[in-house]
Amino acid sequence: MSISAQKINHIYSKGLADQTVALNDVSFDINDGEFVGIIGHTGSGKSTLLQHLNGLLKPDSGRIFINGRDITEKGVDMMEVRRSTGLVFQYPEYQLFEETVEKDIAFGPLNLGLSQEEAKDRAAEALAMVGLEPCEVAQKSPFDLSGGEKRRIAIAGVIAMKPRVLILDEPTAGLDPKAHKEILDMIEDIHKNEKNITILVSHKMDDIARLCDKILVMEKGTVVMTGTPQEIFSKGEELQAMGLDLPEAAQLILELKKRGIEKDETVLTMEQAERTLLEVLDKC
Amino acid sequence: MLRDITLGQYYSGESWIHRLDPRVKIIATLLFIVEIFIINSFEGFATAFGALIIVIAASKVPLRFIMRGLKPIFLIILFTFIVNLFIVDGEILVKIWIFTITKEGLYRAVFMAVRLILLIIGSSLLTLCTKPMSLTDGLESLMKPFKIIGVPAHELAMMMTIALRFIPTLIEETDKIMKAQQARGADFETGNIFRRAKHLIPILVPLFISAFRIAQDMAMAMEARCYHGGDNRTKMNGMKFAKRDAFAALLMLLFLAVIILGRVFL
Repeated sequence: MSISAQKINHIYSKGLADQTVALNDVSFDINDGEFVGIIGHTGSGKSTLLQHLNGLLKPDSGRIFINGRDITEKGVDMMEVRRSTGLVFQYPEYQLFEETVEKDIAFGPLNLGLSQEEAKDRAAEALAMVGLEPCEVAQKSPFDLSGGEKRRIAIAGVIAMKPRVLILDEPTAGLDPKAHKEILDMIEDIHKNEKNITILVSHKMDDIARLCDKILVMEKGTVVMTGTPQEIFSKGEELQAMGLDLPEAAQLILELKKRGIEKDETVLTMEQAERTLLEVLDKC
Repeated sequence: MLRDITLGQYYSGESWIHRLDPRVKIIATLLFIVEIFIINSFEGFATAFGALIIVIAASKVPLRFIMRGLKPIFLIILFTFIVNLFIVDGEILVKIWIFTITKEGLYRAVFMAVRLILLIIGSSLLTLCTKPMSLTDGLESLMKPFKIIGVPAHELAMMMTIALRFIPTLIEETDKIMKAQQARGADFETGNIFRRAKHLIPILVPLFISAFRIAQDMAMAMEARCYHGGDNRTKMNGMKFAKRDAFAALLMLLFLAVIILGRVFL
C-alpha cells in the first residue's frame, strides 16, 4: 500500500465572491506501513486534504494515487477506494444512528456487500480492537454509552471495514486525559498489529512526536515541511511562527537554547528531556 | 455541494431600498400584492410594471438575480397559463382536435401569468433587499399591536430569528454526516425511491440528534444570559422611521391612489 499525491489543488466556491483556495499544489508520498502525522493551524487545509484521500472530495487539479491507482480518474470504483481507505471524522460519535452498537458497526461492512453473519463477526472483532467487550456492549444502544465509549464505537465502525489506510481527524478532540490516552494507545496497537498506513491529524504535538514516523506540516493550503519528528521539531522557531506548538520536552530545550545552553540533538520525549537536563545540571 | 447553497435570497447592497425601514418595506409589499389583485386592466399592469422597474433600478439588484427567483415557479406559471388558455369559453380563435383556444381564454391566460409574475417579483424584492434579521425585527414590531389579542409577537419573531440563524449550521451538519456515512460506504445516489428513502435513515437520525443537542445548548446559553422573553426588551440597533421612509410611504400611497382611480374610471 502506498499513497502519492501530486500537485493537488482544491478551491471552494469557485467563481463566487467567497472563493477560497483550500489546497494549493499539495504533493507528498506515504509508504507502506508508515504512521504519518499532519499538523497545521485550524483552516490550513488538513480536513480538506483528508477528504481527498478517500474520494469524498475531488481535486480541481492534480492526481492522487493509492497503490498506484489514480483515484481522481473518472469511473473509479468509489466503493473500492472507501474499502481501502477508512476515514474517521472529527467528533465521529455524531454519526452513530443504529439501535444497537453491533448494528452500527456492521453498517460499513454491510455496505461493502458482506453477509449479515460476516458483518456481525467484523463488528465483534472491531469492538475487541477498540478495547471494548463485545458481549457487554454489542446489544446496547450507542446513545447510552459515555463520550469516550461512543468515540470508540464510531472508530470501530470504520475499522470494521478493514481499511489498509486508516485516517483519523483529531480523534481525541474533546476527550478527558484518560480517554485521550486510551484512544491513542488503541490507535498505536492497531497500527502495530495491522501494519496499515495510519494518518493522524492532531494538535497535540506530544502525541505526534511519540507516534509518527513522518510529519507533514500544513499552512494556508500547502505542505510547508515534511520530515521525521526529529527534523520537524528541530525547527522550533519556524513552527512557533506558524502558530504551532512543540512537544513539551522540545519546548524546554528550546528555552534552554535561548538562554545559551546549546544541545545538538532534538529532544522529543520527557525521558530524553530528563537526561539532557541532568547533563546540563551536572556541568553547573 | 451543500455548502454552495446560499441562504434565502438576500442580495447584499447599500441602496436606498436596502436602507429603508423594514416595516415600510413589509407594508409596501403587502399593499403591492393587494394592488395587483385590484388591477383589472393591462393598463394597470403596465403601471405596476413601471413602478416595479423603478424600484428594481433603485435597489441596484441585478436583473439576473430577480429572474432566478422566477425560475422555480416557472412551471406553475406555465400550468396556469395553459389551463386558462383552454378552459375559458367564448369567441373561438383556434380549434385543434378537442382543444379550443378562445379570445377570452387567451386574454385570461396572459392576465393570470402577468399577475403571477408581478406577484413573485414584488415579493422577492422584499427578501432580496432586506436582511432576514431586519425582516423579523420588522415583523415583530408590526405584530406588537396584536399582543392585546394574545399574539406572542416577540416569541414568534425570536423563533424565526433562531430558525434562520441555524439553517446554515444544519446544512453544514448534514454535509458532515453525509460525508461520514459515505466514508463508511453508504451510497445515496443509486437505487429506487424506497432504497433511497431507507438510505436517508443514517443521515436523519444523527441530524435530529444534533438538532436537539444544538437547540438545548442554545436554550442553555440564552438562559445563562438571562433571556426571559420580550417584555421591556430593548434593541441594540432599533429601527428608526427616517425621512426617506416617509418619502417611500408617500410614493406608496400615491401609487395606491393611481391604481384605485384607474380601476374606477377606466
